[in-house]
Amino acid sequence: MTNGDWKHPSPRLRRVRHVEALAVAAVTGTVLGGVLASSSLSAAAIAVGAALLGGVVLDVLLQRRVGAWGYLEREDDLLVRRGLHVRRLSVVPYGRMQFIDVIAGPVERAFGLATVRLHTAAAATDARIPGLASDEAARLRDRLAELGEAGAAGL
Amino acid sequence: MSDAAGWHRLHPLSPAVRAGRLLVAFAIVVLPTFLGGTRSGWDAGIHVLAAALLVGLAAVSWLVTRWRIEDDDLRIETGLIRRSSLRYPLSQVQAIDTVRPGLARIFGLAELRLRMGGTGGSARLAYLPVKQADTLRARLLALAMGAHEDTPEAKEEVLVTVPVGRAVASLVLSAPALVLVAYVVTLATAAALGAGAWRAIAAYAAPILIGDGAALWRRFNRAYRATVAEAPEGIRVRAGLVETSAETIPRGRVQAVRLLEPLLWRPFGWCRLDVDVAGRVRDRGGEHRNERQLRAVLPVGSREEARQLLELLVPSAPVPERRPPRRASLKSPLRYRRLSFGYDSAYIVSTTGRLARVKDWVPLTKVQSIRRAEGPVQRRLGLATVLIDTAGKRFGAALRDVDGSESFDDLERLTDLARIARCA
Repeated sequence: MTNGDWKHPSPRLRRVRHVEALAVAAVTGTVLGGVLASSSLSAAAIAVGAALLGGVVLDVLLQRRVGAWGYLEREDDLLVRRGLHVRRLSVVPYGRMQFIDVIAGPVERAFGLATVRLHTAAAATDARIPGLASDEAARLRDRLAELGEAGAAGL
Repeated sequence: MSDAAGWHRLHPLSPAVRAGRLLVAFAIVVLPTFLGGTRSGWDAGIHVLAAALLVGLAAVSWLVTRWRIEDDDLRIETGLIRRSSLRYPLSQVQAIDTVRPGLARIFGLAELRLRMGGTGGSARLAYLPVKQADTLRARLLALAMGAHEDTPEAKEEVLVTVPVGRAVASLVLSAPALVLVAYVVTLATAAALGAGAWRAIAAYAAPILIGDGAALWRRFNRAYRATVAEAPEGIRVRAGLVETSAETIPRGRVQAVRLLEPLLWRPFGWCRLDVDVAGRVRDRGGEHRNERQLRAVLPVGSREEARQLLELLVPSAPVPERRPPRRASLKSPLRYRRLSFGYDSAYIVSTTGRLARVKDWVPLTKVQSIRRAEGPVQRRLGLATVLIDTAGKRFGAALRDVDGSESFDDLERLTDLARIARCA
């Protein structure tokens, strides 16, 4: 069932993740450095260095995870896979979709990207696809809404 | 109590019952200072004013609330400043409960609670006279089932009644009771050692103890004279000593069923049967806690009673015959001997549990989505777990620690079976 024409988030999602990792490193570096600078400059320098190193490690992890995202539109359902450490694969039948969200945070929006999230009546359904180009996100949303309407089933 | 347009009001004593609980708490706080006689009249005035305000607010809320049945909807209008008109489609009712707190019983009142699927939350009519609540419940259920609203409520057949002695014994062997025992033992040990520490322990543990006592009381109230009956529209569950509740779960609304056999109950062959119906995990407002109380169908029953009810809830369900591979015991050493699963074209069954024995059933028609998860340890052992999601809020079935490559076949087969079941 894993064979087929899997689609992946836009390559620009990698840049979004770069920015996010950089932001985390910058904030922790500034806060730690600022706090420690009053007592000892060398401690502050070490803290900033550690924060930067942490940012690099985080960036590597985030970059690897970008490659793990994928989705496959099949005849009756949508498959979404994600995760490297814990690998997850969700099967969401079109008939069970209740509504579809398209969300774009400030960073995502700056890169022209959006996240599509699917909701079913089950709270545990955790199917979302981040980093889709805006037009692909809109296309997916419309197609899913259309298919969902066609196959809708009651609780 | 209805006008020309068919609008009804709640019972005039509703504000008294609603404010009553708060007033009792209020009185407990205030009375000692009165009896102490050290407070001035001004203080007393403020207290009386606060109490009057409480009753006044409840009265206003009663005054602006009205309800009526419009075709296939229940409509409730409420709110003084922010008017809200709520429409509850009866075709989406998942269950109807009658709840009677102690104070409401004194006045012969009852609250009707309609549990809706999805994000609907629940519709509450608090309070109605008992007679009216009963006839209204029958009418709403008839409408919810698509029958004519004057269809008389059919006779029910009582299947199981939990003896009071068993309810008490099951509580003695429950987790909150064990906490209580542990507390007493700790205290006694500290006192015996002669240290002054026991006072400190007593003080620190008081909140835990109060919570524990409340949990015990809730469980007791839920199990006291619990009765399960079969009616044409579904299953009726009744229980309660002070606050009584009667819950009706219509047929075909069951999202999942769980049979639980706690370790301490096993020598007696007791078990608990839970039923999950659709609803949100997070409910706005404070009603969620109440909803949680109303869910064990059989709080404590024998295996034979559980079998009888299961036949009704999940007729001719398959037996979980497949087992995870031997190497799964490395990943789940405690659970391994309990893990099994099985499915046919109607149900998925799975068993699990570390100390307790847990068995879950999910009808394939209720499957929302299916997930496969493979953690790092599982990957090394070539295992994976397939999770079944339903619209219920508490549990679902899962094929735990099955062979990694087989899990894809199961995922595919379950997806197909669920689609066929849904479309049938």
